[in-house]
Amino acid sequence: MDNFTVGVVVFPGSNCDRDVSWALEGCLDLRTKYLWHESSDLSDVDAIVLPGGFSYGDYLRCGAIARFSPLINALDEFVKSGKRVLGICNGFQILTESGFLPGALVANKNLNFICDDVELDIVSSKGGWFNNVDEKQTIKLPIAHGEGRYHCDSDTLKKLVDNELIALRYKNNPNGSSFDIAGITNEKGNVLGLMPHPERACDEIIGGTDGLFTLKSLILK
Amino acid sequence: MDQFAVKVFVRLRPSVLDPAGEATKSASIKLGAEGIKSLRIGKMIEVKIEGNGENEVRGKIDLLCDRLFANTVIEDYEYSLEKL
Repeated sequence: MDNFTVGVVVFPGSNCDRDVSWALEGCLDLRTKYLWHESSDLSDVDAIVLPGGFSYGDYLRCGAIARFSPLINALDEFVKSGKRVLGICNGFQILTESGFLPGALVANKNLNFICDDVELDIVSSKGGWFNNVDEKQTIKLPIAHGEGRYHCDSDTLKKLVDNELIALRYKNNPNGSSFDIAGITNEKGNVLGLMPHPERACDEIIGGTDGLFTLKSLILK
Repeated sequence: MDQFAVKVFVRLRPSVLDPAGEATKSASIKLGAEGIKSLRIGKMIEVKIEGNGENEVRGKIDLLCDRLFANTVIEDYEYSLEKL
């Protein structure tokens, strides 16, 4: 694992890229590499994080323009190879816009930009992204979004439930998400998208360490 | 080559809650407008585009609408096309 490198994608408008990198390097001693969105060479990274922010100013829809970057085009092969991809907040929006995950993220029900700590139930640990093997089924992570209301049609929701693709649900739904959904995985489990920010919960000094497990699981095969 | 002016309308699907529309409806009622039963907000995109005839241009616009202008998980679209 000495050379395990996590690629942190930087779009114009990303603003959590450095937080992710600091958390991975400073708290988990993992090597990171910033990947400019115009790069399509993913050969020297072992996992990828799409960080939060406002890629392309959220123009048209959140994540809609980022989807057409060379890096996202190259991501298809990366995901098919089984390597792990974590999309946080705007990264989750990009993953749904580009079809790696089903559904869409739309404006919060109350139109507020919500910046808060939220309690989350771990529903499934498919892909090993969350620790629910012991009695600790609930974690607390920060959220910060204006468009985080997960929406999908009823067939998609059934598929998510039946295949255990729902990773996290809000205990007190802050944004009107369908079925209280805060995070989902793809069927293989190697792609996780979530609205909460695990990278902002990696040190007791800033309010908690419940995000560590998810970031650490980037190294899983 | 013919040139066309295209107006694309993108709307949230009826099943998707439109909080911005609801807020604007509420403000409209506060303004004193009576009888508003529903108010929903969409987008209009104007495109000028060249192509060999209407069919070819419609093909290009369909692709743009499907892949970029609208997210068909949450939005519907329609467009009108005028030859310039």
